[in-house]
Amino acid sequence: MKFDITRIFDLVAGDPQADRAVPPTGFTARLTLFSAGAMAFLAVFALALSLATGRLADRWSAELARTSTLRISAPADQADAQLLAAVEVLQTTPGVAQARPLTADEQRKLLEPWFGPELPIEDLPIPQLIEIIEEGDGYDATGLRARLQAEVPGAVLDDHTRWREPLVAAASRLRSLGWLALLLIAASTAAMITLAAQAALAANAQVIRVMRLVGSRDIYIARAFVRRFTLRALSGAAIGTVAGVLAIRLLPSADVAGGFLTGLGFQGVHWFWPLAIPPLAAAVAFFATRAAALKTLREQS
Amino acid sequence: MIDLDNVAYSYGGAELFSQVSLNLAAGSFHFLTGPSGAGKTTLLKLCYGELLAKGGQVRLFGEDAMTMDRDAVAMARRRIGVVHQDCQFLDHLPVTDNIALPLTVSGRENEAADNLPDLLSWVGLQNQATQLPPQLSGGERQRAALARAVIMSPDVIIADEPTGNIDWEMSQRLLTLLIELNRMGKTVLIATHDMNIIRAAKSQVTTRVLRLKDRRLMQAGVEL
Repeated sequence: MKFDITRIFDLVAGDPQADRAVPPTGFTARLTLFSAGAMAFLAVFALALSLATGRLADRWSAELARTSTLRISAPADQADAQLLAAVEVLQTTPGVAQARPLTADEQRKLLEPWFGPELPIEDLPIPQLIEIIEEGDGYDATGLRARLQAEVPGAVLDDHTRWREPLVAAASRLRSLGWLALLLIAASTAAMITLAAQAALAANAQVIRVMRLVGSRDIYIARAFVRRFTLRALSGAAIGTVAGVLAIRLLPSADVAGGFLTGLGFQGVHWFWPLAIPPLAAAVAFFATRAAALKTLREQS
Repeated sequence: MIDLDNVAYSYGGAELFSQVSLNLAAGSFHFLTGPSGAGKTTLLKLCYGELLAKGGQVRLFGEDAMTMDRDAVAMARRRIGVVHQDCQFLDHLPVTDNIALPLTVSGRENEAADNLPDLLSWVGLQNQATQLPPQLSGGERQRAALARAVIMSPDVIIADEPTGNIDWEMSQRLLTLLIELNRMGKTVLIATHDMNIIRAAKSQVTTRVLRLKDRRLMQAGVEL
């Protein structure tokens, strides 16, 4: 089918005569507006979920892949010596850009979500953590483990692989679920608009009969319904989208998690993505109503 | 224009009529009579493609009605003006919009402004132009239906009991309009059981009177 922009203008401008011939049915108008609005509202959340989980998966796979942690559990009298030895080993390991022991404050913050504030970390047998930041192709984990075993017996290297992979997989799956939710919302919108269109066609059966008796083609009759339902879906979806974006805007920020987590919201250009929802809802309504109208008109003969 | 060749029709297995042949030639004037329930309205519906024959062949402007697609049927109906027994108006539209409906659905609504004043004057409905169909009397409804039937300047005009609910004076006025159209070259087919109207027409124009009775279509008898 060739795309012609003038057909969109024709659709919006409409045919006043055809619109007058087919009287609007009040309840189907309200039903279409409401379902398009509600579905657009949900679509904003599904879109936000998809984009947020996408960001999360990217962050976890990119950032965590470049970092690892060395944990040193040693008796108190050997702790400092083992820390120094570990830092020395790391600084001489190819692929390690930076090896930095976490300060007591940083370790306290890490434990704060579980133990609360003001934890007397100095009095507790908490292992010392070293943050390792990689460069280039990274380091040889097997070789590093062997060196550490020989020179720092209390060191345990955690390259995050064990828990990073399931997290990334979970985030990716959530992203897929978000897109699936969007598809289901579009399908539900189409189903509801189809039902509303069928109800409108049934309510106008006599009008349709008269129009056909005087020589109206099916497409002419269908167009009057299609235009009406498309514009209703566009208006309803616009209202629902604005409400959804406002609700997302009012959600609390997730920055308290130190940027490791992400909020269920939009960032940067992603704020423009919801603008696509009303035209998409209108497109769904256009095709759903057209199919329903032409099918019903064929069956009515 | 319209040909019925050995046509049969039945409802739910009960035969309404069969072996019906009819040729509506260009410029001809036909009356279709017969008792109530004989199938006059059904026969007319076959002539404008609202029903399909159960046997035989119906040709609308040379095309087999059975094999015509929906758009082709719509196009054929634009060449056939029909005055329905119950008029078939859109009650939410004023008289002018109802009369102009065939032009509207054909995408020729701009012609309505040129044709409507003359047409309303011809059928004597200038003062009822803005009224809604339920506000019209029986005669006014029939004349509005006739105006709608002819606004596209169709080749064939089919009228189903056009004088059924109106007085004699109005019947004659309506008949005069139909005879005028026939003199302009239009093919006219009128279903009626009003013998006075048929006699009045026969005195003014050459007509062929057909009778649908006992499931067969035949030339009407000498009583006319």
